[in-house]
Amino acid sequence: MTIQTLIDSGLFRSVVAGSTDKQIEKIFCCDLLSIAMSKAPEHGAWVTVMGNRNTLAVASLTDISCIILAEGVSFTEEDLECAREENIAVFTTPLPIFDAALAVHNLL
Amino acid sequence: MAENLTFRYKISGDDFTRAGEASSNVKSKLKQMGVDNNAIRKVAIAMYEGEINMVIHANGGTITVEISSDNIHLVLADTGPGIADIEKAMREGYSTAPEEVRSLGFGAGMGLPNMKKYSDNMTIESVVGVGTTVTMDIHL
Ligand SMILES: Nc1ncnc2c1ncn2[C@@H]1O[C@H](COP(=O)(O)OP(=O)(O)O)[C@@H](O)[C@H]1O
Ligand SMILES: [Mg+2]
Repeated sequence: MTIQTLIDSGLFRSVVAGSTDKQIEKIFCCDLLSIAMSKAPEHGAWVTVMGNRNTLAVASLTDISCIILAEGVSFTEEDLECAREENIAVFTTPLPIFDAALAVHNLL
Repeated sequence: MAENLTFRYKISGDDFTRAGEASSNVKSKLKQMGVDNNAIRKVAIAMYEGEINMVIHANGGTITVEISSDNIHLVLADTGPGIADIEKAMREGYSTAPEEVRSLGFGAGMGLPNMKKYSDNMTIESVVGVGTTVTMDIHL
């Protein structure tokens, strides 16, 4: 599916749309950025509770398709500005990591 | 690519949250040059971990990236505290990162092992109290 499909599903709040035609093919859950850096799959939807600038750097360097911040975590407005500039899709949800990932999985 | 290209980055040790800008910049350049995606990923991971280490552990430094037709050569040099026991530092999970860095998702002690894994060749030269130079090659 594409980012647009995930936006249209209404599962999560879309805070930065990013490149909406980008594909999501896998789901990846991780909060340790060094592990995410080496393991995050290209075209993955990355579910995490780590919402800081370094999360964006890792997302951009690994070509992840989108970040889904779980457990009600959010980026600062400054970080969101950076996500818009870098064209990284960002979603937020009050759901726990597992439930958020499962919801995406059910759409694949 | 007929000629070798060299880029130099000065990495500031002040702002951990901004670490990664040099790596992102190199990644975009390599993309523009049409370098193979897998090689770009290796460079991005190896350089980013090195960049982060410079910021967290060594108060910044300089990174030189030399691109030739068959290799990308990275030299990360700092004048930080140096590494007393390189073998120990190379172990997965070994970290002296402070709590504030851990709370931001780093300090898992995976940086140097990742750099070794994703580069085709890596050497560390370090003198305590003088600084550290990490050299990596990623073949194209
Ligand atoms: N450039 C450096 N200068 C001084 N010490 C370093 C440097 N890079 C790494 N180290 C030391 O090696 C350890 C392991 O590094 P690394 O594997 O990247 O893990 P982490 O950065 O998560 O601590 C660090 O905790 C630090 O003690
Ligand atoms: Mg490190």
